[in-house]
Amino acid sequence: MTASTHHPGRADTAIRTRRTDRWWLPPLLTFLGLTAFVVYGVVRVFMNKWYWVGEYQYLAPFFSPCVTGGCVPGASHFGQWLPDLGILAPPVVVLPFVLGFRLTCYYYRKAYYRSFWLSPPACAVAEPHGSYTGERRFPLILQNSHRYFFYAAVPVASVLTYDVVIAFHGADGGFGVGLGTLILLVNVVLIWAYTLSCHSCRHIVGGRLTHFSRHPVRYWMWTQVSRMNARHMQLAWASLFSVAFADLYVALVASGAITDLRLFN
Amino acid sequence: MGYQAHFRVWRGDADSGALRDFRVEVNEGEVVLDVIHRLQATQCPDLAVRWNCKAGKCGSCSAEINGRPRLMCMTRMSTFAEDETVTVTPMRTFPLVRDLVTDVSYNYAKAREIPSFQPPADLAPGEYRMQQVDVQRSQEFRKCIECFLCQNTCHVVRDHEDNEQAFAGPRYLMRVAELEMHPLDTADRHQDAQTQHGLGFCNITKCCTEVCPEHIKITDNALIPLKERVADRRYDPLARLFRRRKE
Repeated sequence: MTASTHHPGRADTAIRTRRTDRWWLPPLLTFLGLTAFVVYGVVRVFMNKWYWVGEYQYLAPFFSPCVTGGCVPGASHFGQWLPDLGILAPPVVVLPFVLGFRLTCYYYRKAYYRSFWLSPPACAVAEPHGSYTGERRFPLILQNSHRYFFYAAVPVASVLTYDVVIAFHGADGGFGVGLGTLILLVNVVLIWAYTLSCHSCRHIVGGRLTHFSRHPVRYWMWTQVSRMNARHMQLAWASLFSVAFADLYVALVASGAITDLRLFN
Repeated sequence: MGYQAHFRVWRGDADSGALRDFRVEVNEGEVVLDVIHRLQATQCPDLAVRWNCKAGKCGSCSAEINGRPRLMCMTRMSTFAEDETVTVTPMRTFPLVRDLVTDVSYNYAKAREIPSFQPPADLAPGEYRMQQVDVQRSQEFRKCIECFLCQNTCHVVRDHEDNEQAFAGPRYLMRVAELEMHPLDTADRHQDAQTQHGLGFCNITKCCTEVCPEHIKITDNALIPLKERVADRRYDPLARLFRRRKE
């Protein structure tokens, strides 16, 4: 492969890379993974049905909170304070914040810069672009707003937590546990882990301090978030997969394609 | 047991150069630098290679081995199959002096652009008192051996030579972060990080972290925290309103 530019004075710039390993595999897998999620999300949102299982009170995470007049009865735990938006499905209310949190996330930035924009596709592999300005100009300068999306992600995760609590609901109206309850529970744990391991969270709880010794509680919080932050990439993927899987499971149960495996009541 | 390995080594200077093929003996326990030295001793005595400690602590023998930026002294031959061709080229980002030796003076120029540690005016040397918990975060950055592999790998300058003036590179942005996090440093480094040292060029693709032989988490522990501190001052009106200087 030929490099895009030649650099006089530098050695061995005529080819794009001399790497002999499968450097193209991680960006390819990332591309396929993120694309699959986006396609699934778009299909689900425009499907606009099969997101509520009234019998066990399962609400699909893509449709939570369901606050528009178009929501099916029972799915609106926080009221319907927006009118029916017609072809715009209920997720359009919260999706910009959730997507914004992931889009501006430091891990996902690395992932899509590498796999979609090839900037660079892998380390020591020349990128195909003739010029590069980084995150200094519009629109990429907006990546600096990540902390605001983090603030928005906290109430969203809280709402999903509430959804899990009410999903401990039996067929007779009392306490009950099904496979769907456990899937929603695992999903919300991963969502919280991903949210709290965020680099902006790490900065806000204590990273911005210069004197940890004066703020022992914040220092302790910073160490805990730092511990999780080291797994931020894994948590990003795990929570992305779990939210899609939980959504799919609820959709399958709601559509009648499968029946929920009940563990208790 | 020894074997004959196929090596391809870059020979040439700033004007011209090419890969040359060699068959060279490799013995058990050796690293790439050992083989380069054997090549120098037996087949091409004029081969230029920079090295010093052979222990991964001086940062001299940086090169690209099968396209991956590595220290030659820390790359074991046992990581290659015996029939695998090992290609050794100089760091691509810096101007070539000769063979495997590059001119890394870009890095020294960038180092000089960073204002040094500025203690409070009322403290004299010898009066500095700091708690370990306040300095341990930036002590990670002191492990840097200045091999410049991160500078070499960073695509901002590797693929775009025109950014060299505006971008200090990960090693020196890490230096800014180190001083910024220092409990006794009084300089306001946020503005310079963005405007003078080009922090905004960094798109946190983590190649600097991947190649660091000291395993410093450059991106997670230096560059991203520095970006967040810059965001406090430049892009976050709420933080700007409520934050006190050097908490």
